[in-house]
Order: sequence, then structure tokens, then C-alpha cells
Amino acid sequence: MSGTGARENIFATRMALTNTKLRLKGAQTGHSLLAKKRDALTTRFRAILKKVDEAKRKMGRVMQLASFSMAEVTYATGDIAYLVQEQAKLATFRVKSKQENVSGVVLPAFEVDRVPGSDFNLTGLGRGGQQIMKAKEVYAKAIETLVELASLQTAFTILDEVIRATNRRVNAIEHVVIPRLENTIKYIMSELDEMDREEFFRLKKVQGKKKRDTAARDAAAQKAADSSSAVNQTFEVQSEGESADLLSSKDTDVIF
Amino acid sequence: MEALFFNVDNGFLEAVVRGYKAGVLTQNQYANLAQCETLEDFRTQLSATDYGNFLANEPLPISTSTIADKATQILVDQFNYLRNNAVQPLAKFLEYITYAYMIDNVVLLITGTLHERDTHELLERCHPLGVFDTMPALCVATNVEELYQSVLVETPLAPYFRDCLSATDLDDLNIEIIRNTVYKAYLEDFYYFCSTLPSPTSDVMHKILAFEADRRTVNITINSFNTELSKEQRAKLFPAIGRLWPEGNNQLARADEIDQVRVACENISEYRSFFSDLGGSGGGGGYDDNATPHLEDRFFRMEVHLNKQSFMHQFQYGIFYSYMKLKEQEIRNLTWIAECIAQDAKDRIQDFIPIF
Repeated sequence: MSGTGARENIFATRMALTNTKLRLKGAQTGHSLLAKKRDALTTRFRAILKKVDEAKRKMGRVMQLASFSMAEVTYATGDIAYLVQEQAKLATFRVKSKQENVSGVVLPAFEVDRVPGSDFNLTGLGRGGQQIMKAKEVYAKAIETLVELASLQTAFTILDEVIRATNRRVNAIEHVVIPRLENTIKYIMSELDEMDREEFFRLKKVQGKKKRDTAARDAAAQKAADSSSAVNQTFEVQSEGESADLLSSKDTDVIF
Repeated sequence: MEALFFNVDNGFLEAVVRGYKAGVLTQNQYANLAQCETLEDFRTQLSATDYGNFLANEPLPISTSTIADKATQILVDQFNYLRNNAVQPLAKFLEYITYAYMIDNVVLLITGTLHERDTHELLERCHPLGVFDTMPALCVATNVEELYQSVLVETPLAPYFRDCLSATDLDDLNIEIIRNTVYKAYLEDFYYFCSTLPSPTSDVMHKILAFEADRRTVNITINSFNTELSKEQRAKLFPAIGRLWPEGNNQLARADEIDQVRVACENISEYRSFFSDLGGSGGGGGYDDNATPHLEDRFFRMEVHLNKQSFMHQFQYGIFYSYMKLKEQEIRNLTWIAECIAQDAKDRIQDFIPIF
């Protein structure tokens, strides 16, 4: 009955019923939409998870290569860190951020923007310049992988968060909102039915009463009609005989 | 005649250097080192050599740079011992050896000063062989004139800097160009100084320095492809000594790609083999990457070979220079092996250049 489960605190009227039914419909639509969104996000999430895994493995390899190329530089020229550090004036490797929309979730995506040319391409001019260039290339690649990994990782965490929120919403709608609305509808229906029945009963009662009343009245009217004709007859009789004393005689049939 | 009096002044030091030379790692020791699994093993192996316990006091995660630093420190100590015991003209000769490191240090300091770095940090990074008394004062200077007037003029490097820093401001000139110009002047000066020394020394040293000059020339040429360095500038950086000079240098100054470098070096029989298997593949940037490290390797090998030869001669100063160079190569080798061990790249571990 309407007493089981939570319901909204409203008056059971037809208007409220219509409203609640509309809301239930809305909730159901929302639920299916959200479920779709969740599925889409999960698919995306899985894809990203796979990519993150790949990128991380790649990262390991690339980083190893990079640090090894650094070892080659050290072998050929010695310590160049300081010179490179001092001569770098302009960033040649920039990261651009743009936004990507996945089922209404804004994911930041990082993009590599390399400016050709460099400030220290004369480093190691006398010795080991080629190794330095090579190391630079390898490290640039390593950073590219790093940037890729970063954007994947960010997407990963954001998606995770969003999926959890969506899941929460889906479950909330499924397990709280919809049952409550359904309960409300049930309650309103039962209340309305109850009211209907009451009304019906009352009508019946009224009708019965009315019937009885009418019957009584009819009966009375009948009787009255009968007696009046009798009175008339006696009246006629008496008016013939003793019409002078009408009030002294007591007639039981006369009710007034 | 030279042999008669050589030992009066230099016999002791020559003996010392030959003694040091016996401590240079051998093929066998390299083979043992290359088999190490960890840097800990590496250290144990090294302690069996002449390096002894030089890493004994280092905290356990040993970095490759620590190994290099410590090994260099040993070399520096040995060198300083030699220098303190040397008499003229050997003392002068040994001075000349340090100039190369001084140039590096000065360039480092200039770079640092221009960018207003902390002086102490800079001084720590300087090569210990190239340290000179007035070096910290370099950091005070803010422009070239001041730098030259107040500091460099006191150092033996003054004539070299005078040539390249005449009027142009430091900011205008790429620091790397300064370094190479100065180095060129230094090489030429060293060359002429060696000419003043008597015969066996000058013969040996000319050979080595000529090779060094040629190597620089070739390297500068190759490394300046596709950079903003113009050909005139490039030509100015070539030392005016060496076996490629002058016609080879002229060809190199005009070279645009590695094939032209090869043609220029074709005339010198020793250098021909360096490029022998580089020419097969087509031109372009792709094979530059593969070819040049080999080239560099071959230069190193040649250098080791020449320096080893100088030990064949007696009664000459060349062995001091050669010993330094060989020892440097050895330190590079050690660093390389250590690096390979640390990074688990066993397949490249044999790429060092054994000395003896």
C-alpha cells in the first residue's frame, strides 16, 4: 500500500498525480540517458586505460634510451649540462592544452608544439656535437611520450571521477528517485481510489436517504390525498348535517 | 746529444710517468670490469687495480659521475706531482697541457657570469686541472673589455683571447665560437712551442697535435652542418696546423655534406679509413646520425694509437702529454662501462676503447 517506502509529501489530487507521473517519466528518461553516458564513458575509460598502459611501457623504454644517449654524450664531450642550461634562451618544446569533449565531459588534451631551431646547436662544436644533437632528439621524443602520458593520465583521473559521479546519479535515480515517485503515484492512486469509494458510498447514502425521503413524502402525500377526500366527504356529510359545529368534534384523521 | 742530458733534468719524471703508465688498465682488467653486474662489483674490481680504494669512502649508491670525479682527482694529483717536480722547459710544457682545461674553465665562467650565476657553484664545476689563481675574479667582470683588462691579461691565456675578443661584445658572439677560436689559438701556440723544443719531443708532439687539429677541423665541419654558423666563420675556427692544412682545410670550409668531408680527407692515408664504410649509404641526415658516432670513435682510437706510440720514444716530453690523454680516455672508458652497468645496457658495454 502507500505506506510502504518513502513518498513525497503532497496532497493526493489529480493534478499532483499528473505532475508526479510526468516527473516519473522524466526520471526514467534521465536514468536511461545517464546509463548511456556511463556506458560511453566506461568504454572510453577502458580505451584510455589500455593506452596508459602502453604509454607507460613505452615511457620506460624511451627514457632508458634517452639516458643512454646522455651517457654517450658524456663519453664524447664530458659534462655539457651547464653550457646547455646557460645557452637555452627560448623554449623550443612547448605544450599546448586543448579540450576534448567526451559525452559531456571536458578532458584536457596536451599537445606538443616544437619550435624548430635551437639555441645551443653549437655546443660540442669541437667534439661530440652529433651526439649532443642525437641526445637532444631522443630526449625530445621522451618528452613527447611524457606529454602524451600526462594527457592520458589526466583524462584517466577525470574520467574516473566523472564515471563515479555518473554511477552515483544513475544509482540514485534507479534506487531512490524512481521508487519514491512510484510510491507517490501509488499513494495518490490509492488515495484517489479511496476518495472515489467514499464518494460513491456517500452518494449511495444520499441517494438512499433521498429515496427514503421521497418514498415517505410520497406515502404521506398519498395518505393526505386519501384523507382529504374522506374529509371532504365527511365535510360534505357534516356540512349537510352538523356543519355549525366543526371544531367541537374531534376527528382523528385530521392531523392539523 | 739530447739523450745525454735529458736525464739530468727529466729522467726522474720520465721514470715516474712510465711507472704511472704501468698502472693504466689493461685489456684483461677491462674484460673483468665489463662483466660486473652492479656498480658495487665494479668498485671491487677497480680496487684490485692501480686505482686502489679511491671509491672506498663513497656512500653506497655510487653514481657514475662520482667515479669519474674521483678518477679525475687521482689523475690531477699525479699531474700536480709531476708539475711540482718539473724544471724548465718541461714545466712550461706541462703548463701548456693545462691551458686546454683553463680555456674550458674560462668559457664556463664567462657563460655563468653572463647569466649571473652563483660563483661558487661555477667554481665547483671547473676542471681541477685548469684552475688558476685569478680564476674566481673572472666572475666579477661584466663585459669583455673589463674581463680582458682586469683578469685575463694576467693569465697565460691572454694572447689567445686577444685574438678573438678584440672589439666584439661577449653577448654578440656565441660562446661556443669563442671557445673554439681560443682553442685554435692555443693549439697553434702549443704547436709552435713544441717546435722550439729539441727533436724527439717536437716530432712526437707535432704528430699528436696535428692530429688533434685535424680532428677538430673535421668535427667542426661536420657539426656545423645545418646550423647558423656561416662558412667564413667556420673557416676561422680551423687551426692553421695539422696535416689537412691548408688545402684540406679550404675544402672543408666549403663542404656542405659529409661526402665532401670524406673527399677532403681522402688525401691523408691515415684518415681515409675513417670514412671508408661511411660513404656506402646515401646522403642526408638519416645516416649522419649513424655514421658520425663511429667517426668520433675512430678519432678516439687514432688518438689512443698516437699517444701509445709516443711511449716508444725515449728522452722526450711527449709522454707526459700522452699519459694525460690516455688517462683521460681511461676515465672516459670507466665512466662508459659504469654507465652501461648502471643502465643495464650490456650490449654496448664493449664500445669503449682499450688502451693497452
